[in-house]
Formats: sequence, structure tokens, C-alpha cells
Amino acid sequence: MQDRPSAFELLQAVQDFLAEQVVPVLEGTRQFHTRVAVNVLAIVARELALGDEALRTEWRRLGALLREAEASMPESVAALTDAVRARNTRLAARIRDGEADAGPWGAEVLAYLRATCVERLAIANPKYATPRDGE
Amino acid sequence: MQAGELERRLSDFLVTATGGSSVTIEGLRRVPGGASRETWSFDLVADGHPPQALILRRDPGGTSVGSDRALEFRVLRAAHAAGVPVPKVLWLGDDPTILAGRFFVMERVEGETLARRLLREPAYVRAREVMTGQLGEILARVHAVPVGDPSLDQLPGAGDGEHPATAELARYEQLYRTVAPEPHPVVEYALRWLRGRLPPSRRRALVHGDYRIGNVLFGPEGVRVVLDWEQAHVGDPMEDLGWMCVRAWRFGSSKPVGGIGEREEFFRAYERAGGGVVDAEVVRFWEALGDLKWAVICIAQAKTYLDGGVKSVELASIGRRTAEAEHDLLELVD
Repeated sequence: MQDRPSAFELLQAVQDFLAEQVVPVLEGTRQFHTRVAVNVLAIVARELALGDEALRTEWRRLGALLREAEASMPESVAALTDAVRARNTRLAARIRDGEADAGPWGAEVLAYLRATCVERLAIANPKYATPRDGE
Repeated sequence: MQAGELERRLSDFLVTATGGSSVTIEGLRRVPGGASRETWSFDLVADGHPPQALILRRDPGGTSVGSDRALEFRVLRAAHAAGVPVPKVLWLGDDPTILAGRFFVMERVEGETLARRLLREPAYVRAREVMTGQLGEILARVHAVPVGDPSLDQLPGAGDGEHPATAELARYEQLYRTVAPEPHPVVEYALRWLRGRLPPSRRRALVHGDYRIGNVLFGPEGVRVVLDWEQAHVGDPMEDLGWMCVRAWRFGSSKPVGGIGEREEFFRAYERAGGGVVDAEVVRFWEALGDLKWAVICIAQAKTYLDGGVKSVELASIGRRTAEAEHDLLELVD
């Protein structure tokens, strides 16, 4: 194992430095881009914390949706990523062929897409999917 | 072309264009933004005239695929003549050898375009109140610009009998299939959903194609001019209303129209200004189509970064906004 601070904690250190020491002394486009950089670090930190579990959940959900649930989940993250990508490719092809246009499977697909989207947003932008005032 | 060379050639052109014996160009500087065209700001002092604040828009390096400054010039001229608030265009450089690419010169209007400023700064409290109505009213005028004029016959548009959404969907599907590094089941779902629900579409008009906060120059009193007419084409005017309602252009605010107003106010202002009756369900279709376009744009912009052509943290991060656009799409589909 690595010494502390953890990867997560190191990201936090860089985020704090940029937000507190650098952003206030910049202006215009460069300040904007530095804010973007802080946000990117926050995304990476959330992915570090949540990404592996999200990938496994996606694997299981896709397995149920595509009726491939018996397949055993690959062990390494790299192999699992490839396997999930392959499942998404098959799902995309079946949607493109019109299989999700109507009927019970179409409803399953829509429910799956919504659930997966919320999980992706938990990493990419957690505030986006939460209801706000006036909506 | 370097700035010095550009200034020299532009100066020669302007001497002829103004009919004067000499001109002085001051403060020539590139305005950031835009890969397919360059925007330069400068002041022109010609033969005893007061200085003019001007903008140069040019295609860099020879003829440009897709964008055409000559067409943009003609669209702006037609819009201006029809009473749409746009910068006044002055001179078109149609000979591509003058500045190594077509260009035109227009008035420079002072003002702000940043959504963040409009939404947050106290200086724009009045603008926030009036701009929803103004944007509706101006859009009605855009859609009333006569498109039958021969000067506009190069405008892209749907073929006879083709639904305008069909061409848009085909274009964005093509882009998605060409650039997407990963599969996107949501995009596939939305393509099917939209194609299966094309709304009635009888009216054809000049469509701005990117009408949103960000492309509107404003001041504390409200809208000054509409900018960025590169996507102008002939189509269903409801496309512009739908695009204006896309959540990405609310910039974090909860109000649906540009982050500053409600759909009702926007539609009624459009109708009162002669835009024709607005069917909210039809606009909803075009908003969903707009969300699809935005999702594909996010994917394409990320790909530009991934290909290594442009080093930009902003470009890299846009790829992670795809989930936002897909979320918005999923809210609108049945």
C-alpha cells in the first residue's frame, strides 16, 4: 500500500491549492479555466471513490437487461470495463434495431437508461439530477 | 497569417472600400473563440472621418468547408434590413486572395455575452426582467426575414417534402457514429424516439440555428444584437424556440428560457410579435432534439481533445457533460 496522503487526499490538496491560492489571483479566461480544472479534479476524486462500484452495478444491470446474468463478472477493472463496453455495444445495437421502441422490454430499457444516467451524474455532476426550487 | 501581414492587407482593402486615400488601423487584436472562423477587433480611422469600431470575420486559409463568410454577410444584411437587431455589415471581401480566405467587416457593438454575468451581476437586474420577452419578440422578426431573395439561395435547408428534423437528425447521427469513442445507448434511444414522433411542420423560415444566451450581446437595458449566424438555415422556426429552452443554456439557473424566464412569457412575446401560434408540445420535440444535438456535441468536443489536436482542460471536461445532456433527454422522452 502507498503512504498517506491517499490518492483521494492528494487530489483534495491540489483542489484546495488551486481554489484558494490560484483562482483569486487570476482573471478572465485563465481564471475560468482554473475553475474548470478544480471541477475536473473533483470529478476524478468522485470517480476514485465511486467508479469501481458503479462499473460493477452497470455490469449487473446490463446483464439483467440483456438476459446475460449468468455470465461471471470479470475480476480486473480493465477486463470488466471491456466487458461492460461490449454489453453497451450490444444494447446500443438492439435499440438501434428498434427493439426498445415499445413493449415491456422498451420500458425496461428506459428504466435502465435513467438509473445508469443518475449513477454517471453522481460522478460527473452530483448536483445536476437533484430537484431544485421552482421545478 | 500573422497580424502584421493581416493588417497590411486589410488596410489596402479598406482604402479601396472606403474610397479614401489612406486609412489607419488601430488596436487590431484577435477575439478568442471559434475554430472555423477568426474574429478580429479593430478601430478604423479614415481620411478625416471619426474612428469606427469594427469587427473582421474571416475564414482562415482559403475556402472553408461548411462555414461561408459571404453567406453569413448576406444573412446579416437581410436580417438587418428586416429589422432584426444585428451588427451592421459594411464590406464583404469575396475575393479569397485578399486575405487568404473570404471575410467581411461589420460594426463592433459593445456589450456583454456571458451568461454568468447576466444571471448573477446586479448591473443586469433590469436585463434579466426584460430579456425573455425581447428574445421572443426578436425571434419572431428573425423568422419573418424573407428567404426567397436570390442572395440567400445558398442557405442550407430541407429538400422539398423532407421534414426539417430529418436532416438535423441525420447530420447529428452521422457525427455521433463517426466520432463517438464509446457506445451511447441513450443517444440511440433518443434517435429512435425523435424519428418516431416528428411533429407537424408546415412553416419554413430563416432559422438562426444557435439562438441562445451566449450568442446574444446585451447591456444593462437588455438585448443589443444577435450574434453568431453561422448555423443559419431554412427550416422550421420551432427549432429556434426549442433550442432556447435546452437546459444547457440555463447555465445552472432553474428558469427554463436562458435561465431568466418562463416558457409562457417567451412564447407569448413571440406570438404577439407576429411569430405565429406556438404549440408547446411541438417546441418540446425540438427541445428534445436540441438535447440530442448537445449530447452529440459534448461527445464530439471530447473526441477533439482525445485526438490530441487541441490542448484544453475545458474541452476535456466537456465529455463529462454528456451525462447531463442525456439526463435532460431522458426527462423528455415518454
